[in-house]
Amino acid sequence: MSLYRDTGVVLRVQKLGEADRIITLLTRRHGKVRAVAKGVRRTTSRFGARLEPFGHVDVQFYTGRTLDIITQVQTVDAFGVGLVDDYPRYTAACAVLETADRLVPEEGEPALRLYLLLAGALRALSGGERDAGLVLDAFLLRAMAYAGWAPAVTECARCGAPGPHRAFSVPAGGSVCPRCRPAGAASPATETLRLMDALVHGDWAVAEASGDRARRECSGLVAAHLQWHMERQLRSLPLVDRQGRVEEQTT
Amino acid sequence: MYEGPVQDLIDELGRLPGIGPKSAQRIAFHLLAADPADIGRLQDALQRVREGVVFCEVCGNVAEQSICRICADPRRDPKLVCVVEEPKDVLAIERTREYRGRYHVLGGALDPLSGVGPDQLRIRELLNRIGTDEITEIILATDPNTEGEATATYLVRLLRDFPGLAVTRLASGLPMGGDLEFADELTLGRALTGRRAV
Repeated sequence: MSLYRDTGVVLRVQKLGEADRIITLLTRRHGKVRAVAKGVRRTTSRFGARLEPFGHVDVQFYTGRTLDIITQVQTVDAFGVGLVDDYPRYTAACAVLETADRLVPEEGEPALRLYLLLAGALRALSGGERDAGLVLDAFLLRAMAYAGWAPAVTECARCGAPGPHRAFSVPAGGSVCPRCRPAGAASPATETLRLMDALVHGDWAVAEASGDRARRECSGLVAAHLQWHMERQLRSLPLVDRQGRVEEQTT
Repeated sequence: MYEGPVQDLIDELGRLPGIGPKSAQRIAFHLLAADPADIGRLQDALQRVREGVVFCEVCGNVAEQSICRICADPRRDPKLVCVVEEPKDVLAIERTREYRGRYHVLGGALDPLSGVGPDQLRIRELLNRIGTDEITEIILATDPNTEGEATATYLVRLLRDFPGLAVTRLASGLPMGGDLEFADELTLGRALTGRRAV
């Protein structure tokens, strides 16, 4: 096979040589693909701005010896346009990209569900109709479900007793009943667990009616759960602007 | 593998950006065959860079003294400040011979994927300059890519509340010498949005 074509989302770009870049994409059929875009950094490049992070593109690849070569690109959705104009949405979208990148360790391993989830999250963030923090947490929860690490929200993570329960333990795998509660478990508000459940199931009416405290607690628990299972820190997650940091700096 | 110092030199050259193992080997053998005076000049230049180059206290550009040549030049317009990502961008704008103001080098762009947030850039120094100097216009000249645009958006939101300060962004659109049919949708869209009367 010398040429193949697929649609994908640009996860990451790295400089290569004088004017090239290595583009990492999560594609519909071929999973994660790393490919070289030759001359993409030149102002006269035929790829132009199509291969920037957040780009949803239709790409033709040429199979190379080590890395594949990108020969043609067409834009499907330019999610980046709607994201760079809004810093909180941009930082949330960066965390979405990094999570998707980390959750697919092997190149060429199909990850259709994660690809659809990623495109959906970027579309929601770019559209701007929903709160960026809620979209990010919904993506992280569903991406963890894809990876097999979904936190237990409505039942005890250890014994399976139906809930809702008051305690939440990241090492135990989610909410825990009073009998199974380990030392050091958090005690989030009932509304927080309700919000988490709503985000997992896409119940946006409940999610958008939640208060600030529940959102803060939910994002803290989701981030802790994700990083516990990934066993490493996500670089973009601490930089997500959830509270209008720009306004804070000027005051 | 070569023996001792030659292999060490190839390994060190290979760590430089854009230089692969083959290029490193070619440069190493060129240096081996070079005139000792040429090697001496290269050694001196490396030594001077290591010991003599500092970052300008005002703009963050590379400089020989605590204040760089541009910031110390009284003929440069102190009311105009062009914000760029890297020192090499200063040189690119200087090559146009169109700009007579001063600069502010951020030291990069906002890139959460690489762990670069507002605290890693010289944004606070820029705000301090605006508060104390007689600046009337800030030109945002960050790269026209995702990170550069996000940085410009972030700065616009920070700077728009300063009274009497104009904030402008470098125009973006079609490159000179290109063909319209090969322009991507984003660039062409920008060019249409930013069209001007002639």
